[in-house]
Amino acid sequence: MTADRTSRINALQQALKERILVIDGAMGTMIQNHELTEADYRQERFVDHDHDLKGNGDLLCLTQPDIIAGIHQQFLDAGADILITNTFSATTIAQGDYGLTHLVSELNESAARLARKVADRQTEQTPDKPRWVAGGIGPTNRTATISPDVNDPAFRNISFDELRDAYLEAARALVAGGVDILLIETVFDTLNCKAAIFALELLFEELGERLPVLISGTITDRSGRTLTGQTPEAFWNSIRHAQSLAMGLNCALGAEEMRPHIAELSRVADCYISAYPNAGLPNGFGGYDETPETTAGHIAEWANAGLLNLVGGCCGTTPDHIRAIAQAVAGIPPRKPADPQRTMRLSGLEPFTFPVENSATEVRA
Amino acid sequence: MLPTFVNIGERTNITGSAKFKKLILDGDFDAALAVARQQVENGAQIIDVNMDEGLLDSEAAMVRFLSLIASEPEISRVPVMIDSSKWSVIEAGLKCVQGKSIVNSISLKEGEEIFLEQAITIRRYGAATVVMAFDEAGQADTADRKYEICERSYRLLTGKAGFPPEDIIFDPNIFAVATGIEEHNNYAVDFFNATRRIKQNLPHCRVSGGVSNVSFSFRGNNRVREAMHSVFLYHGIRAGLDMGIVNAGQLTVYADIPPELLERVEDVILNRRDDATERLLEIADEYRGDNVKKAAADLAWRERPVNDRLEHALVKGITEFIIEDTEEARCAASRPIEVIEGPLMQGMNTVGDLFGAGKMFLPQVVKSARVMKQAVAHLTPFMEREREESGAAEDANGKIIMATVKGDVHDIGKNIVGVVLQCNNYQVIDLGVMVPADKILDAAAEEKADIIGLSGLITPSLDEMCTVAAEMQRRKMQIPLLIGGATTSKVHTAVKIAPNYSNSQAVYVPDASRAVSVVSDLIDEKRGSDMITAIRSEYAQLRDRHAQADRDTRRSSLPQARENRVKIDWNGYNAPKPTFLGLKTFDDYPLERLVERIDWSPFFHTWELQGSYPKILTDKTVGEAAQNLFHDARAMLDRIVAEKWFRPRAVIGFWPASAQVDDIILYTDESRQTELQRLHFLRQQMQRKNSRANFCLSDFVAPTGSGVSDYLGGFAVTAGEGIDEAVAKFDAAQDDYNAIMVKALADRLAEAFAEHMHERVRREFWGYAAAEDLDNEALIAEQYQGIRPAPGYPACPDHTEKRLLFELLDAERKAGIRLSENFAMLPASSVSGFYFSHPDSCYFGVGRIDKDQVTDYAARKGEDIAEIERWLAPNLNYERGSG
Repeated sequence: MTADRTSRINALQQALKERILVIDGAMGTMIQNHELTEADYRQERFVDHDHDLKGNGDLLCLTQPDIIAGIHQQFLDAGADILITNTFSATTIAQGDYGLTHLVSELNESAARLARKVADRQTEQTPDKPRWVAGGIGPTNRTATISPDVNDPAFRNISFDELRDAYLEAARALVAGGVDILLIETVFDTLNCKAAIFALELLFEELGERLPVLISGTITDRSGRTLTGQTPEAFWNSIRHAQSLAMGLNCALGAEEMRPHIAELSRVADCYISAYPNAGLPNGFGGYDETPETTAGHIAEWANAGLLNLVGGCCGTTPDHIRAIAQAVAGIPPRKPADPQRTMRLSGLEPFTFPVENSATEVRA
Repeated sequence: MLPTFVNIGERTNITGSAKFKKLILDGDFDAALAVARQQVENGAQIIDVNMDEGLLDSEAAMVRFLSLIASEPEISRVPVMIDSSKWSVIEAGLKCVQGKSIVNSISLKEGEEIFLEQAITIRRYGAATVVMAFDEAGQADTADRKYEICERSYRLLTGKAGFPPEDIIFDPNIFAVATGIEEHNNYAVDFFNATRRIKQNLPHCRVSGGVSNVSFSFRGNNRVREAMHSVFLYHGIRAGLDMGIVNAGQLTVYADIPPELLERVEDVILNRRDDATERLLEIADEYRGDNVKKAAADLAWRERPVNDRLEHALVKGITEFIIEDTEEARCAASRPIEVIEGPLMQGMNTVGDLFGAGKMFLPQVVKSARVMKQAVAHLTPFMEREREESGAAEDANGKIIMATVKGDVHDIGKNIVGVVLQCNNYQVIDLGVMVPADKILDAAAEEKADIIGLSGLITPSLDEMCTVAAEMQRRKMQIPLLIGGATTSKVHTAVKIAPNYSNSQAVYVPDASRAVSVVSDLIDEKRGSDMITAIRSEYAQLRDRHAQADRDTRRSSLPQARENRVKIDWNGYNAPKPTFLGLKTFDDYPLERLVERIDWSPFFHTWELQGSYPKILTDKTVGEAAQNLFHDARAMLDRIVAEKWFRPRAVIGFWPASAQVDDIILYTDESRQTELQRLHFLRQQMQRKNSRANFCLSDFVAPTGSGVSDYLGGFAVTAGEGIDEAVAKFDAAQDDYNAIMVKALADRLAEAFAEHMHERVRREFWGYAAAEDLDNEALIAEQYQGIRPAPGYPACPDHTEKRLLFELLDAERKAGIRLSENFAMLPASSVSGFYFSHPDSCYFGVGRIDKDQVTDYAARKGEDIAEIERWLAPNLNYERGSG
């Protein structure tokens, strides 16, 4: 690991003890605002590519780097501490739809370099407020836990091994491109996430050192479960072996609906807690209506309740949202990680905590 | 506090259960899953899965079984113990579970290197592990060897492998006692002693064991074996045993063991005397025999006190005993109202809490409401008598007037909201469908209602709701107005309805699950005014944003849009000719032919279960509710078909046709001289930056003068008469659940009829796709040639064109379908539309249109611009009356 990265990671650890850090906002909706055409996505390099490329936002790191760098810059200007690389779909699995699996390493490495450059430029201007880059590792568009074939519930269209290999390739390139943190995000299937964790463990073995890991799940319905049916605490139990620096939730429901689940994780997790909700629920037109003030208002309330260490925005959040969030949490002390009793914590869809009383042996002759 | 013991289900262990083994070897995975489910229902907190069998591809069986479990939320809610003596099977299993599992097991049997490698890998998969007291020299039998191996394993795991100590479970080996071999007599005591030392010296770890091993020598004598297991557990738990593989259904309670048997079993387990084995053998035969307890009958809840029974019946939705239980509770109470206020409300509160917490779903709630209604119906005469005697008044949380607005007949959603509100002790006065504003407002005034709720499905209803709101303002009413139904939205409520009613507030309610909290907040004086303030500011923001967005939606002019029409090359196009021209009617169409064409997903959406069929049936969250609902629906469908509850009717027609700009002209006959009817369509006006056209349905028919003889079809189908009678029957029986079910199924059958008829049109009557052979999924995905757009829907949003279609089809006489003044169809379970055959024809949304097109369209139809604007209000790109 480079000395630079080591010192940045140390600074990150220190900063998390002192304040609530701000992650950037939505990349997807910001890209949409540019109303790019198929040709804009292709540029010269992919003019003859045999798949439609419009909508492959991750490709823009190669074909429209100025647009992506501009979005990163807007979020930094708004007060974000951490940039997430534009790599949500940059795995061989998700890029398969565009016929670009061979580009996955390049996509990740370029995206990491781009974000690194923007972040470093900003840090130079304000050395007392360093900016970090988190390498985003998306969930892919497949699920290892659910059968796509209704007639065969045992069937899977992706295996753990395939996911692990795809994640390893992406993560390796992100690190090569200079990220400080690896972020496994929008986890809707914990088994996919576990494959990603496995890949990161292999990568860390390869590197001979560990990078900080962030894991962010997504609760997709009001009953408070992930898509694959786990409760937040069950999810935490399933991924705790990643020894992540932080874990939390993003996307799906807006801030209002997310609160009880964040509170639950905050109660059980002995790592830092992150939350980057959508700007409310999608409206009737597929857009997001929640104003920066509303989103920031929710987040400020959680922060004051001592639930948070990292905040930011997912779908629909603009630089204005991030600015409002950053202002709202400024000066609020960060949450202290929970200190749960040491006991075996298993999970199915629901958590199973081994009763603690028993570990104190009671010997009766 | 007495230590707890975690029981691991062992019935899905192929080495421990002959039944499970047979099921797996026979490939009967469904039955194997049932075994797992039953274990969890019986209280197993973790289930052990073992597929070690020589005749089996154990890896494949493990993967298949765990993958199947993943689709069964009732099973997969608990953690799995992945049990195999083969590492490859364990690793294959670890790749299938999203939860945190336990591996059973690893050991030092093959040396430190392999042991550590496996431990590190298990850690990477995020599992805990069982470690056997087994090393290079073999399995440990004495207390010292057991402890020494466990201690060495512990040091290696927590030191070299970085394994968290709390994720280590030691299995210090339970061996059979009372075998007749003297060295075996102390095995249980050795186990207890080793367990004590492990728990004292190796922090945070756990101890487990396979308890049934201990009684191996008494195979065939279940009563003695169970007693031995109980005694072993009794002492083992006190020594620090945390968990074990025990068949929970075959455990005697320690205190229930007869004293003589207990004494002799304890002698054996604790190795208290040399002749212990002989003494147990002496009496063992007396306890032989069938001692397997009968599974507790499903009706065990009937033994409980009557109030518990009422609550149980409500939560589970069981009507079978409700009248007798209610009567029993009434006799025991001093006043009948106490039954309602006591156990019944308590039960409904439980239901409400479970629903609010996402643990119960709408169909179950409606079933609970049915139970409640029947109980209340039983009590009502008694309460009325009491009221007559005392003159007391009724007492509810609040009173709500509900109605489907004028011109609209759709009421499933409204009825569901009504039921949910009634469950929460609101008095709901349901005025039914097609209710004019005056009648709604008069009723509200007369009843002194606290809230009015409006529902509607078709787009003209949106406008009618604005009318009701304006009328409430004019009448100076002060009560909140709730807005719900498929076409309503928060944006529309904020932008169009709320500004009409500033005295109080129009509030959008997205679904039934929200209705109760909204109503209870609004009725509460303090929370109500807070809520209205919050809604006002939210809606004001929505209006601002909407206005902002509006300014950005510039449209193409109508001539520009027409220039950018869909350009089909008609040169040389050979339009298919229908097999007949004019009308064809179908009466009493066989229901069974429609059943298979049902698209079930919208049925579940009606009940607020989100997901698509059939995946929804195995959904983690709503799967159980969906299955039960589906089961009830299929059962009713069988009766609908067998007993012919409905009489489906249809009329279809084909006419020679040509397009003239945005109109389509239909001719009386093939000579194409005399106009029969002129249909008017609307064209998209969104500005196109790409190559997409500005669509209009007329683009899909060959234009006049093109030389192509083209045709257009039309249809109107209904699930038919009989629906209202069926609904009335259930209403009379206080059975909302089935009343809503009938309507929901009738809607599905009407849609299925439309789908089925379209298929016959393509294959037979128009016959342009005679070879088409699509299954239901492909049909739902619209993988066929041609479309059947309906007036009032996105491609032709003007409902008034339905009048022309109905005249063409003579639909009222030929199919028994009438139109309301707002062009809703009666019976409500009906579908109508046009048939287009061209391969390029497709569905689209007209979207917002500008004044120039509205002016042109009004002229084409010979109507006032204002009248057209009223019908097309949702599609206008400008404020009505301006522009």
